[in-house]
Amino acid sequence: MTAVMPHLPALQIVVPLLGAILAGFLRRGPTAFAVALAVSWLMPFIAGALLWQVLGGGSISYRLGGWQPPYGIEYRVDVFNAFVLMLVSVIGAVTMPYARRSVAFEIDEGRQAWFYCMYLLCLTGLLGITITGDAFNAFVFLEVSALATYVLIAAGRDRRALLASYQYLIMGTIGATFYVIGVGLLWVVTGSLNFVDVSARLAEAATVQPRPVITALAFLTVGVSLKLALFPLHSWLPNAYAYAPSFATTFLAATATKVAVYLLIRLYFSVFGPTLNFQKLPVSELIIGLSIAAMFAASFIAIFQTNLKRMLAYSSVAQIGYITLGIGIANKAGLTGSIVHLANHAVMKAALFLALGAVFYRIGSVKLHDLSGIGPKMPLTMAAFVVAGFGIIGTPGTVGFISKWYLAVGALNEVGWPLVLVIMASSLLAVIYIGRVVEVAWFRDPSPTCIGASDPPLSMLIPLLVLTAATIWFGIDTQWTAGIAGKAAGMLVGGLK
Amino acid sequence: MTASIPPFAILILGGLALPFLRGALRPAALLLLPLITLYLVWQVPDGVALQADFLGNTLMLVKGDTLSRLFATVFAIMAFAGSLYALNQSRTLELAAAFCYAGSAIGVVFAGDLITVFIFWELMAIASTLVVVSAGPSAQSAALRYAAIHLFGGVLLMAGIAGEIAATGSIEFRAMALDSVPRALILAGFLINAGAYPLSAWLPDAYPESSWSGMVVLSAFTTKTAVYVLMRGFPGTELLIYLGLFMVFYGIIYAILENDMRRILAYSIINQVGFMVTGIGIGTQMALNGAASHAFTHIIYKALLLMSAGSVLYMTGKRKCTDLGGLFRTMPVTCVCGIIGALSISSFPLTSGFISKSMISQGAADQHMAIVWYLLAAASAGVFLHAGIKFPWFVFFQKDSGLRPAEPPWNMRAAMIFFAFLCIGIGILPAPLYAILPFPVTFVPYTTSHVVFYLQLLLFSGLAFFLMLDWLKRSLTITLDVDWIWRKLGPAIFRWFDARSDRVWDDLRDAAGRAARGVARGVYRHHGPTGALARTWPTGNMVFWATVLLAGYLVLSYLAF
Repeated sequence: MTAVMPHLPALQIVVPLLGAILAGFLRRGPTAFAVALAVSWLMPFIAGALLWQVLGGGSISYRLGGWQPPYGIEYRVDVFNAFVLMLVSVIGAVTMPYARRSVAFEIDEGRQAWFYCMYLLCLTGLLGITITGDAFNAFVFLEVSALATYVLIAAGRDRRALLASYQYLIMGTIGATFYVIGVGLLWVVTGSLNFVDVSARLAEAATVQPRPVITALAFLTVGVSLKLALFPLHSWLPNAYAYAPSFATTFLAATATKVAVYLLIRLYFSVFGPTLNFQKLPVSELIIGLSIAAMFAASFIAIFQTNLKRMLAYSSVAQIGYITLGIGIANKAGLTGSIVHLANHAVMKAALFLALGAVFYRIGSVKLHDLSGIGPKMPLTMAAFVVAGFGIIGTPGTVGFISKWYLAVGALNEVGWPLVLVIMASSLLAVIYIGRVVEVAWFRDPSPTCIGASDPPLSMLIPLLVLTAATIWFGIDTQWTAGIAGKAAGMLVGGLK
Repeated sequence: MTASIPPFAILILGGLALPFLRGALRPAALLLLPLITLYLVWQVPDGVALQADFLGNTLMLVKGDTLSRLFATVFAIMAFAGSLYALNQSRTLELAAAFCYAGSAIGVVFAGDLITVFIFWELMAIASTLVVVSAGPSAQSAALRYAAIHLFGGVLLMAGIAGEIAATGSIEFRAMALDSVPRALILAGFLINAGAYPLSAWLPDAYPESSWSGMVVLSAFTTKTAVYVLMRGFPGTELLIYLGLFMVFYGIIYAILENDMRRILAYSIINQVGFMVTGIGIGTQMALNGAASHAFTHIIYKALLLMSAGSVLYMTGKRKCTDLGGLFRTMPVTCVCGIIGALSISSFPLTSGFISKSMISQGAADQHMAIVWYLLAAASAGVFLHAGIKFPWFVFFQKDSGLRPAEPPWNMRAAMIFFAFLCIGIGILPAPLYAILPFPVTFVPYTTSHVVFYLQLLLFSGLAFFLMLDWLKRSLTITLDVDWIWRKLGPAIFRWFDARSDRVWDDLRDAAGRAARGVARGVYRHHGPTGALARTWPTGNMVFWATVLLAGYLVLSYLAF
């Protein structure tokens, strides 16, 4: 055990990577699933051990291949990315049992093993972006996860997914290109790729050559904003989420955009923040403006959607608006709201997509009018949908309230109470789009499509109920979410100039 | 040990467990849990009894004082009687929601800080919406409107609370002067739940759509918790006097015009809450005592009236005054209990309403607010007219509607008799109630001048009612002439009053409607399924936006740097 402990950061990446290769070679869906399940269930233990260590004090620096940073690649774990590692791992572990039946139902038999292979690659990429302390290494993992994601989206039988995947490919590539241009500019002015090292050298570089630094910041911002679907760069997301297989949608919605947000926060607060004075740059205002636009525009669009997966996808764009809003506010409470909402939104959105996946598994549709009267037929599934929906609205007692609270406090200290009113008002829009589904599902006469429907098998139901329970649990006991997020935010804000 | 169990927990947990209880456990839980809660309410000591750390603040989940205990006591009694009354309600969702609703209301009155208030406030909104919606398909649209207005109130409240905490640095819930925007937002959030004009329409809209047992519980908690928080947060705010008086008359006029017996009683809730809000606005110890005791007695007699109306609805399925009448023959207990409730709401001497409402009037008199006092006196006569006589007369007497319903089941009768006894008991022996009021009571209700004054007021208004009725009887058939009073004469008087303001109002409303429709069309044009924002964009457009954003960032950065 003691021999393994120092190598945990590497294992976090190597295990899913080897799992992906294994799953690809195994060729049979069920065995590949077994590999994916084993890997997914192992991940939280590794991430948990890392989190435990960094909570004890300090950060972990791991030299990949024994090369000394900044020359070699460094994996650097502090409270912030240990939290995100934990989030991605736990979501993967909780939702994985769901995949077996859902994937068997939605994906051709010959492709199932590849699907699990791609899932594990995607997991590798996401964990890699989170754990690495090297800007170019992050780009590599960004591409690993993105390429795997294109396949995951297109793996289903819905042919519209092909176009969605293609569009995401174009946009994702542009995003990655912008990112790499930004990293290149940083490398030119600082001569380093290591985040910590870049940050240390940036102060001098910014005084000598301010323009490349500013340009790098702009390229990085837009590149990562494309990945995290910041309004108006969100337009690849709704179709990708709507037409991808249910499990892929769930996993991506809960983790992929969150990791991109992580990267943005890391760049802002750990790389640029300690040297550049953000007060002088229009970054904060722009991000707040775009976030508010996302919260309202995307929510309004969600209200009018009839495909519920697409509705939830737009809701995700709006919720990402909350997260980036906290980044724009950039004080401790606001950033705590952002970071805690990474986890909170992941939990509730995963629950909502799992519920819809269960509905699709039973009736083969997620169109609003096909769900009419389905509540009494699938009581647990739709009850879970209602509870998680309360989370999206931000009702006290659910996780949504926690995030909203911190954002409101942060907004008050930085901007003033009109912004608080805006935050609250936008949550009323969520009442409409969630309420519409609740009304149709519970209070209408059953539609012909859902006559024979019933709750899904236990392997699908339990992940759904676990996430639903977490929506309530972490709405009351915030020690593990807001507590850690607060520590991370304190560390990040404390480093600002 | 028992002191550490928060009083709200029993009802909320009980409500969540209720759907899983079968057989004898269900009625046992329904009857025992409120009594346990009542016991726990009286175990809460003065000061903070339970704290919890939440979101970096130390919440005072349970903080006791006389005012909290007073409201929690009547809430627990109400939960008990409401459960007894609703034993044969087959919709478990409604009963479970009602328990959570009552528990959250008790949570609000014991909340020592604003965050706790808000949390229970929202739980109350959700639970009460479930009570309305469980009445069936006919109640759905009303329930949605109800939920929308209360969630909007929650938004105002939360924004206000966040601002208040930021401004003062304290989360404690205490008396506030109305001197900042966040405080105005908090007040607005409170007033929405109190049914204050102009956002009062949710009350007569949603409550009468609930089931026969649902409205009994609904009438007790939402508006009275609002009275409680107003009393705690904004005593002596002058604005509340005018708002309260407006509510008093608004309630009376609309109740007189109404034909549906439960809508009459819904408007009369607004009217009665108006008395309390006025008392809070006056803000002296006498007036606050009056408002608090009036809330206490009002919960009981309004529930009694609604139980009586609910029994009629349960046995006949009819709600309209014009369809009812002559029920005293076969429903004597329901009729007598309804009359006792009606006398109480009219503050007839020897009933509970008399000993509480007269304190509010006395509060106005002590402050030499002559106009307020006269208006309250006139309103008392109005209450007698719309609720005191109109309700029992049209439902139980009037004409013979031909209906011969039996008495309701034993538990419903028992609940009504229990509350009828409370109404009379408190009226005859007010001392125990006076003893638990927030301030020491020096007031003596039964002086000759009080009694004579109220009797005159009530008897003459009663006389007026029957004189008019008699006079009309000769020329027209009963149903028509009675109808005419509130269908034709009332509106005619209204039109005459409103001739000028109506046009302005209509223009304003049309303009607002046009603007709202325009906004909705605009939103739909851009955000609807075929709108520019929601269409699947061509890839080129997406790239275009990425370029625009990059260019924007660069230009702005260079300008700034």
